[in-house]
Amino acid sequence: MSITEVQFQATAVEDAPAKAIEGRSQWQLTWRRLTGDWVAVMSMVVVVLICAFALCAPLIAAATGHPVYHAFPNKGTNAFGQPVGPGVNGFPLGTDAIGRDLLVRIAYGARISLFVGLFTTAVAAVFGVSVGLIAGYFGGWVDTVLARIIDAVLAFPFIVLALALAAVLNPSLGIVIGVITFFSWAGISRIVRGQTLSLKEKEYIEAARSLGAGPWRIMFIDIMPNLLGPVLVLATLYIPTAVSFEATLSFLGIGIPPPAPSWGNILAEAQDHYQTAWWYVVFPAAVLLITTLAFNLLGDGVRDAMDPRTERILAGGKTATRRRGKHRGLSLDEAILVGEQADLSVDHPISRTEEG
Amino acid sequence: MGMARFLIRRILAGLLVLWVVATLTFFLFFVAVPEGVVARNLAGRAATPAVIAQVERNLGLNQPKAVQYWHYVDHLLHGNLGFSYYTQQPVTTIIKQALPATISVVIGGVLLWLIAGLGTGILSATRARSLFDRVATVGVLAGVSAPTFIVGELLIVAVYVQLSNHGITFIQTGYTPITQSFSGWLGTMILPWITLAVVQAAVYTRLSRGSLLDTLGEDYIRTARSKGISERRVLYRHAVRSAMTPVVSQLGIDVGALLGGVIVVEQVFGLQGVGQQTVTAISQGDGQLVIGFVILAALFVVVANLIVDLSYALLDPRVRVN
Repeated sequence: MSITEVQFQATAVEDAPAKAIEGRSQWQLTWRRLTGDWVAVMSMVVVVLICAFALCAPLIAAATGHPVYHAFPNKGTNAFGQPVGPGVNGFPLGTDAIGRDLLVRIAYGARISLFVGLFTTAVAAVFGVSVGLIAGYFGGWVDTVLARIIDAVLAFPFIVLALALAAVLNPSLGIVIGVITFFSWAGISRIVRGQTLSLKEKEYIEAARSLGAGPWRIMFIDIMPNLLGPVLVLATLYIPTAVSFEATLSFLGIGIPPPAPSWGNILAEAQDHYQTAWWYVVFPAAVLLITTLAFNLLGDGVRDAMDPRTERILAGGKTATRRRGKHRGLSLDEAILVGEQADLSVDHPISRTEEG
Repeated sequence: MGMARFLIRRILAGLLVLWVVATLTFFLFFVAVPEGVVARNLAGRAATPAVIAQVERNLGLNQPKAVQYWHYVDHLLHGNLGFSYYTQQPVTTIIKQALPATISVVIGGVLLWLIAGLGTGILSATRARSLFDRVATVGVLAGVSAPTFIVGELLIVAVYVQLSNHGITFIQTGYTPITQSFSGWLGTMILPWITLAVVQAAVYTRLSRGSLLDTLGEDYIRTARSKGISERRVLYRHAVRSAMTPVVSQLGIDVGALLGGVIVVEQVFGLQGVGQQTVTAISQGDGQLVIGFVILAALFVVVANLIVDLSYALLDPRVRVN
């Protein structure tokens, strides 16, 4: 072996580990996995496009020359007073019952839907994480009371409460947000509570306690960062649910009051015209479906990217095809589902008979 | 012995839930609103001052809240839900007339979604990674993403309008009682059933697939296989049965909450059931009818949960042992 060869090998050995231990945080790894999954990338693109669509609503109105509340009784309806179809008289997606531009209405509706979806999810996440942490960390009677409340909220049929509220008060955006938030936090709390129960027994928490850290510091500084993953996944999946809730409430006439446009109340108005104006039903329904599907696919993608098992499968030389079903164990997806079920056993006859 | 005690405890818990809902409703309608609004809310938006005065007299709204609450509970216990101030009919009569349509939707819809959901779930789990599994997974995601009313509306545009344009009149909207004509009833029910099933079957496919995959990995399944039991028997007698526990628990929640989902379906297809009556009552501001519906929905939840608890005992031997 010549000297240069030895030198070459030595430098190679020195170089190699330097490359291998290039630091990558958990979040960098997650991001790399997420961008390697084309379904997730596509759904991200769709989500960005829909957000842009909502933000550009005033521009669309200006470009078409059709303000959102302005009805065009002459060119917007035909001789029988019915809506005109897509492309007729300069209405790209046709008009609604009184001759307003459907495209502009859907764009403004997107603003309300996305705002409700993102805002309620954010509030529900903050509240749900706090309640879950407190219940899981303190345990005892605090946990018993909070767990009961969580179960009660999850068991309550949401439309019934919304109906009762709408009968007493007049429907408004505030009520819609309140009702949706009220029914969203409990699901997050339940997952966070379960995770906190197991995390608080770990050694590093004991170490923090022996260093003199108080309960609030342990909960929010030591435990919470470890919960961000599951909460992020849940939040992504709650956004489409909230969007559907809002649309359903508006469809029933107990959500966003007209004339403000919302995908739900546009579809409610379309109900009387489905015989003659297919576009009036199909376009708002399609936008709503695409939005919820994109968020759901994105949530699935984030979940897969967070799951360390995905890495092993990628390392095994397989491409980033959808991982589901590649292994026979539980994916995080199924674990959350089954975990939810298992947690139901708080109120499950088996657990009770075992206690007493 | 244990079973009887368990049942009594569950029934008491159910009564407690009913009481809580009734009390909440009382607070919402009688306490949380400003003075003088109660009678107007209950009497409906078009009520004359004379009607409002009559409502105030009937309900004793000038008395202390505690007395009012006592009267309210007393009426409920006697099955008296008050009168609709639009039709002057007792609320119980209105509910009784509207109930057959609602029950028809619920029973048919639940059967269809269970068959579709469990069938697809079991097939997916036993053929994990197959083409069928993948197609089912995508279908499930689409189903989960779709709000009930969108599915209903699209079915109307794609099926009902198309068929009636081609002169096929079997499928109709509205409601035909089964006592009047069976085929007419079936024609009005098929689309509502499919609507409920599309949305719910997706959840059940996902749930039963995950649960069954989990169970098939258990040791006792390997034991059963190694004893030489046929795969079919292992699957249906050993695995599916215990994998169904989370599914049944979910079913209890869903059937209870179903009265809410049925409102949407009834509204889309114009079935004139309990749900649609309630939406009408709300738009007219007929508070008595809304209260009646909220109580009925709570009763639904309680009874559904009781049935689920009973079926646990049948599915899971551990409950029976105690």
